[in-house]
Amino acid sequence: MKRLILALLCLPAIALAAPPEVQLVIKDHRFQPEEVRVPAGQKIKLVIQNQDSTPEEFESHELNREKVIPGGTTANVFIGPLNPGKYPFFGEFNEKTARGVVIAE
Amino acid sequence: MLGAAIIVFRESLEAALLVGIVAAAARTLPHRNRWLAGGIVAGILGSVAVAMAAGTIAEMADGMGQEMLNAIVLGLAVTMLAWHNIWMSRHAREMISDATSVVREVAEGARELSAIAIVIAMAVLREGSETVLFLFGMMSQEQSLGQVLSGGALGLAAGIGVGFGMYAGLLRVPVRWFFTVTAGLVLLLAAGMAGQMARFLIQGDIIPSLANPLWDTSAWLSASSAVGTLLHVLAGYDPRPSAMQAIFYLGTVALIAVGMYLVRSPAAASGRPATT
Repeated sequence: MKRLILALLCLPAIALAAPPEVQLVIKDHRFQPEEVRVPAGQKIKLVIQNQDSTPEEFESHELNREKVIPGGTTANVFIGPLNPGKYPFFGEFNEKTARGVVIAE
Repeated sequence: MLGAAIIVFRESLEAALLVGIVAAAARTLPHRNRWLAGGIVAGILGSVAVAMAAGTIAEMADGMGQEMLNAIVLGLAVTMLAWHNIWMSRHAREMISDATSVVREVAEGARELSAIAIVIAMAVLREGSETVLFLFGMMSQEQSLGQVLSGGALGLAAGIGVGFGMYAGLLRVPVRWFFTVTAGLVLLLAAGMAGQMARFLIQGDIIPSLANPLWDTSAWLSASSAVGTLLHVLAGYDPRPSAMQAIFYLGTVALIAVGMYLVRSPAAASGRPATT
């Protein structure tokens, strides 16, 4: 039993040895930067800060992700591990301007 | 205005199709419309509440509150759809063969209908909260209230139209096949929702994706194409599913199918002596 508890206590430590973070900012309905380079074959944590007052939905068919980010908040989206290649994403609420791409290499 | 119409249409499409299918699947149950309407109203009220609390929800569970909420909402809907299908597989035959049995089943039917109301409320809640949030956002922007609302109403009307089309189409299916067809659709809907639930749990880093993607069919059927969208809504089509999504999908199909088979056998067996 003690061992089990010990093992469970170690779980957060495993989580801490966690994926590299990549910062993204949404401002004036645009992603900054619009091109993000990440290592392939590894889980990545996208930290997306929405500086607009309006909500945005981070969406990517290629990355298979969608997440609503209310105005003035920061959201985390885990992606990957990815094969090398280009993975476009967009803001569903402002599809014309909010566009970007993750490049795994 | 067109932007609001398109977004609202896309968000309402999924809920409208689901309401259409569930309404058809429950057509023999008494007081169906009251429960359907109750589910829709509860879903809309819940949507507004969730949209209001969006900032707080997003920050819960280390920034994974939204994924958790989506996963819970989807999980509840899958459970209720599973129950609906299993319950119907026991009673569908009696309902076709004997209209009076419907009256006898009213008590049980009411319980079944509350499950249906929950499914509808969950579907409206999930799609609706995003829509409300989006409309709030547009209103706080340069656009006028009238433009946003009329655009939203146009999109909603189009979504409801498609849902009614689905419902009317299903009612044309001959009675003999009707329960098989709607049960099949509900089964695929539930499996698709379970797959989406897995996707949210992976996105929130709560469960591993295993192989990702398991396959990639986006080159010949994109998720953003019309057919791809329809297949996504109806059967949970995903051009790049992870292995974990596939496990959730197939696991749900297997569990519901086995459940339907198990409850049907004793009912059919006990029904036989009565007819001879």
